[in-house]
Amino acid sequence: MSGIKAKHQRLVLVVIALVALIGAGLLAAWALSRQASYFYVPSDLVAHPPEQDRAVRLGGMVERGSIKTMPDGVTINFVVGDGKARVPVRFAGITPDLFVEGSGVVAEGRMEGQTFVADNLLAKHDEKYVPREMKDMTTAQAKAVVAETK
Amino acid sequence: MIAELGLAILWMAAALAVLQLVAGALALRPQGAAMVGVVRPVAVAQGLMVALAFAALVTLFVTTDLSVKLVAENSHSAKPLIFKIAGTWGNHEGSMLLWVTIMSLAGAFVALVERRLAENTLLATLAAQAFVSLGFYAFLLLASNPFARLAQPAPEGAGLNPLLQDIGLAFHPPTLYVGYVGLSIAFSFAVGALITRDVGPAFARAMRPWVLGAWIFLTVGITAGSYWAYYTLGWGGWWFWDPVENASLMPWLAATALLHSVSVLAARNALRAWTVMLGVVAFSMSMVGTFLVRSGILTSVHAFAVDPARGSFILVLLAIYIGGALLLFGLRAGTVTEGARFAPVSREAALVFNNVMLCGILGIVLMGTLYPLVTEAFGVKVSVGPPYFNPVSAVFALPMVVVMAVGPILRWKDDGARRVAPVMAVPALIALAGTAAALLAGVGVLPALGLGLGGALALASLLPLRGRNLRRTPLPTWGMVVAHFGLAVAMLGMASESAFSIERLAALNPGETRSVGPYTLTLDRIDPVAGPNWTALQASVSARYDGGSAVVLQPQARVFANPPGTRTESALLTRWNGQLYVVLGEEGDDGRWQMRFWWKPFVPLIWLGGLLVGLGGLLALVGRVARDVKRLVAIDKIAFRRERQGR
Repeated sequence: MSGIKAKHQRLVLVVIALVALIGAGLLAAWALSRQASYFYVPSDLVAHPPEQDRAVRLGGMVERGSIKTMPDGVTINFVVGDGKARVPVRFAGITPDLFVEGSGVVAEGRMEGQTFVADNLLAKHDEKYVPREMKDMTTAQAKAVVAETK
Repeated sequence: MIAELGLAILWMAAALAVLQLVAGALALRPQGAAMVGVVRPVAVAQGLMVALAFAALVTLFVTTDLSVKLVAENSHSAKPLIFKIAGTWGNHEGSMLLWVTIMSLAGAFVALVERRLAENTLLATLAAQAFVSLGFYAFLLLASNPFARLAQPAPEGAGLNPLLQDIGLAFHPPTLYVGYVGLSIAFSFAVGALITRDVGPAFARAMRPWVLGAWIFLTVGITAGSYWAYYTLGWGGWWFWDPVENASLMPWLAATALLHSVSVLAARNALRAWTVMLGVVAFSMSMVGTFLVRSGILTSVHAFAVDPARGSFILVLLAIYIGGALLLFGLRAGTVTEGARFAPVSREAALVFNNVMLCGILGIVLMGTLYPLVTEAFGVKVSVGPPYFNPVSAVFALPMVVVMAVGPILRWKDDGARRVAPVMAVPALIALAGTAAALLAGVGVLPALGLGLGGALALASLLPLRGRNLRRTPLPTWGMVVAHFGLAVAMLGMASESAFSIERLAALNPGETRSVGPYTLTLDRIDPVAGPNWTALQASVSARYDGGSAVVLQPQARVFANPPGTRTESALLTRWNGQLYVVLGEEGDDGRWQMRFWWKPFVPLIWLGGLLVGLGGLLALVGRVARDVKRLVAIDKIAFRRERQGR
């Protein structure tokens, strides 16, 4: 019993490995184009809304006076803005420690109707640990936002 | 004084590494015979020197010498001793010194004990190890000097990030680093063997214990890191596909593949070039991980400092080592002769299949991790998370698990599907029935497959023991069985966690009660408490399992002063059938306290499984080393007898 007589087993193995790896690469590329979650600022989100139920991230400033706690005590509604557009956000859960009005936030979640439903909130942790998306925002957009909301 | 001494010793260690490289290279030439005796002692001396330098840095942290920049920026006199010590590597410079220390000590260890490898290959290996170390010495001494002084000593240190002030910091990074850096030995072995063109079973047997050792540390380090993240972040998750987690998973995937291919090479003299290639890839993945974490292109708790110059430095190192090794591989791979052949149904074929699957998963994780960096270069910000990683890696992981169940009972070289089919009937039935039952119960597709295949693998992994005298079963066989069984256990834990977890969010007044899964929970009261360098609000929650007697859990919200920061301290209650997880949130405007509860059935199996995998590795390592030692003793005896007879 042997298919071992194939003269070029090494070649066959190399081809199989290459096919599998290229397959993995193509699969990854295809899945990434569908599953990667894009980062939006409020004005982008309003101008080009993503498909409903597609996971995206929304980054902006939490508008002053916008945080409202619902009667259940754990769901909050607030508005994220960037000076040009405003997006209402709903979140149920324990907010990060530095989540305060007038400060930056990145929300992970999806659009449901006109509301952004967040699964997770990332706030600026401290000076050294800032969510990657927020580094640019705090310099470029935050000032404008803060000036406007004052 | 200690700082200057430490720096001087570090420079001396670097000089010894140069000597090790030059002597090793010269000794490979016919006229360099005089250098042969130099290489091993120099490697040992280099290891001792750098260990001294590391001890100097630890001393500076323990005594909180605030005239040293690194100490002033990262430590604080009022920190508990254990975090002063662990704080040594809780920052960029210190962690790179730890990296170099482990790398040089590993080289010294090889120089001391490795006696199986052909002497020429060993010389080339030690030279390669010195070459790799040199890059990291340069990085330390030129771009991240840990011993730099401040012009004016600071009045007080800036302290350590509260998230890192946890006992996990004392164990998780060093363990993981031993794993990462231990793979540099596999890399140097591969390069050494390419230089001397000596790739065969003897080489594989010499390399195997080193790979096993690094792999055990990686396994345990990843398991510990996962549990640490689970209980400190307070998010109830155990794996986030965070780039830094991926950075530790990728070397593990490559090392797992290497471990199995090196076994094929040792036992059957096949997969020669592939094994050498994996040796190069495994350590390359360690370096890619370091680059991702240390360059500051990713921001997380693990990224200590954002300094583009350092990122470029590591990128250049990466290019030199990986590029150089791959070039060498390209030039020499053709001269590595083809090994023994095997049939499509054989243990080798199963191992090849799983090697390819592991590499496929590796590619998928690597692409998912790098994709955000690539798109950002084009101005598009994305993040990649579980919706990508879970299903896509499962495409390769699930077939791998199927083959993993069958592979160990296949014979080497050639076997018939007809022989193993009856043996595999029961596990196959478990897989089908388990998956079907879970699907009918409304469990998602991936967790259902996880439950079915996990159960099947748990049984199948024990099959290699059937018909054996358990006492006479060699330790490496036990190791394989325990490790494979551990993976099945971990899979069952993962699938159960994702299928059956129950989460409750609530805002409670003291005295109020909520239920989650089988538990009834009452918030008794909230008290202020204080620790050595923090204050906290602490909730006391009475938990009753199925109406039984109350157990009190005390989750905290801690506030740290130096540096200012907060951390939630979750409270866990473990039973044989799962874990209760309680987090305290904020006080609302109406005086109610936010609380988050999870009941996670069988979740501890994830880490128990991880530890079993590590234990399996340890059994195999002990078995292999014991056999080697026995062999060496026998050789010594024969040599001694001959010498006596010769007299």
